[in-house]
Amino acid sequence: MMPVPSTYAGGADVAAIVVLLTEFAMLRAPLLRSQVRLYAFQSLVVTALAVDIAATRHINELYVLAVLSFALKVVLVPGLVLRLLRDADVDLAGSSVVGVASMILIAIAVSAFGFFAVGSLHVHSIALPTTALAIAAAVVLVAFVLIILRSDVVSQAIGFFSLENGVSVASLVVAAGLPLVVEVAFLFDLLVAVVVFGVIMRVHHGRTQTLSTDELDRLKG
Amino acid sequence: MAAVLVALITVPFVVAVVTFFVPRRAAWLLTVVTGAVTFGLSVALIPTAASHSQITADSLLRVDALSVVFLVATTFLYGATAIFAGGYLHLADSAAGRRYGRRFYAGLNLFCWSMVAAPLVNGLALLWVAIEITTVVSALLVAIDDTDGATEASWKYVLIASLGLGIALLATIIMYYAGTTVFGSAYDLSYVKLLAGASRFPPDVVRLAFVLAVLGFGTKMGLVPVHTWLPDAHSEAPTPVSALLSGALLATSFYAILRYFQIAVRTLGPTFPRNVLLIFGLASLLLAALYLLSQRDLKRLLAYSSVEHMGILAIGMSFGAPIAIVGVLLHVLAHAAAKGTAFFGAGSVVRKFATKDMTKIRGGVGALPWSGPMLVAAVLALSAMPPFGIFRSEFLIVSGGLSDPRDTVAAVLVILVTLAFFGLSWFTTQTMLTPDASTAEGALVSTPPKGEVSNLIVVAMALGLVALVILGVHPPAQLSHLLDHAANELGVPR
Repeated sequence: MMPVPSTYAGGADVAAIVVLLTEFAMLRAPLLRSQVRLYAFQSLVVTALAVDIAATRHINELYVLAVLSFALKVVLVPGLVLRLLRDADVDLAGSSVVGVASMILIAIAVSAFGFFAVGSLHVHSIALPTTALAIAAAVVLVAFVLIILRSDVVSQAIGFFSLENGVSVASLVVAAGLPLVVEVAFLFDLLVAVVVFGVIMRVHHGRTQTLSTDELDRLKG
Repeated sequence: MAAVLVALITVPFVVAVVTFFVPRRAAWLLTVVTGAVTFGLSVALIPTAASHSQITADSLLRVDALSVVFLVATTFLYGATAIFAGGYLHLADSAAGRRYGRRFYAGLNLFCWSMVAAPLVNGLALLWVAIEITTVVSALLVAIDDTDGATEASWKYVLIASLGLGIALLATIIMYYAGTTVFGSAYDLSYVKLLAGASRFPPDVVRLAFVLAVLGFGTKMGLVPVHTWLPDAHSEAPTPVSALLSGALLATSFYAILRYFQIAVRTLGPTFPRNVLLIFGLASLLLAALYLLSQRDLKRLLAYSSVEHMGILAIGMSFGAPIAIVGVLLHVLAHAAAKGTAFFGAGSVVRKFATKDMTKIRGGVGALPWSGPMLVAAVLALSAMPPFGIFRSEFLIVSGGLSDPRDTVAAVLVILVTLAFFGLSWFTTQTMLTPDASTAEGALVSTPPKGEVSNLIVVAMALGLVALVILGVHPPAQLSHLLDHAANELGVPR
């Protein structure tokens, strides 16, 4: 018989599942704006998970992390991307190679693969919930589907940011004990990456007047 | 010695900030001096690192023989590229030119700082942070020319490399997970701790972490099939940046893979990690050798040659023999010098002929009396001709491979390297040595008047070739000790 998960593991699992479902919602969102808002919501769930873990496991450093993550991923990043969208005056996400239905089917297949691949490691740890780790792996894979199948720079950037959310879930459940300096370095890196993504998206828009990646096909061979 | 580590990690950063505010000439001079100083400091670490197990400063900085090898390679290229950049950049004395120069030198120093930091930091988590910084800084440097090509290349680069590093971050977390079974749920990912506990980690978890690390950091190292950003970024970036990307950045990512390799062999034994590297290495070498046969763009040609050499490094690690591992580490040094020199020469050619298209470049040796022949020499060095360093390193790798039970791999390696040699030397000799093709192909091709673009380019190339000859003919005794020591650290513990 399966052991009943602890409250802590249960909370982590629920958060991970909500993050995964948000990832699916992004996949079907036709408007870039709603994609960004879904990302903000997803980041909020990750922040809540950080607070939950900080409280249940008494790791005070995680509160600092939660504040930073809230400021950065819920407020700043979505704000910046929404401003770019307003300036660019583009609403619809780049059409994908396949239809929405097929996209969701592909995403279900890869997330199942990720979930069972990590689940099959059969690592039993008393302190750490393995299920949340497996769901995080599924989130990462679905983010890849989003990036590969959508053809505009905003969807691809949001795909990368949400991939990072998936890894954040993994790191919160597994590596909550990492020293704060390292965790802050991770977040700082994300901030820099966001700025660079933003700069290059603006340069791209400035040159081509679109957010689509369809024209990025000159360099090959 | 701890002071040296602190100096290495602070000086380039401070200089990066300063160069943003000073005039271009001063920024250039400061960059050259910083490059030379960091190289001097790294060389000063060699004797200690070759005889002691490690040098630490605080708990965050730590070097051993392995990290010093990569430090020396990176800082050498830092100095040489700084010299080259002075001759390569021709900036108008306008507001736009000044802004470009400021951004360029600040970015160059910041990029080198992050690549120097990667081998200095202690632990897998900080290593990931350093390598992520290399990505974002270099993506901006790739985009700096603000052309259609540069924009496309930088978008592909920042997206693909960031995704790769996302996977690498997952690998870091999973490795942390493996460690919690031994150290409990709170510990730092420092190397000494991981290496000490590695033999008791759960093997399945380490296996997953290692494969993800090779895939993730392999994206930045340019391993096939996750190399796709590499030729674009190398060909569209300003040439000094291409030289650093190819000679130093790819090696830095390889360093990260080696750190995971070190842990994986302790948990899993040598077979699995070696097989993973063998598959990626063979795919890289094969694809690069084929692409080298069909290039028209001079800088893309050199980019695929980098994929080829990264494949050789991965295959070299898959041979277990210590002599092959010594060869791999020597190859890191020699490749940095050779690829740097080749890109410097390519920069000279591109400036002279105002095109990267090799069908439009003829009579390079005639037009560029110094950098032309030196580019040919650098390409021969890349093709492992004696007396250059890559000949020695590939010789060590192949002889290590022949002592392996799977010696067919060594034979395949030699065949593919020969194929790559053919592609590389065919195109370069055609562009450089064909006297003047204006007779053969009409007015399409005309050789510009004789004369060097800049003496600084010649100096930078000469430095690279001297280093290659030293590595090839007689590496200094201390350096050999260092390589042996580092190979020992990488070997399978008995």
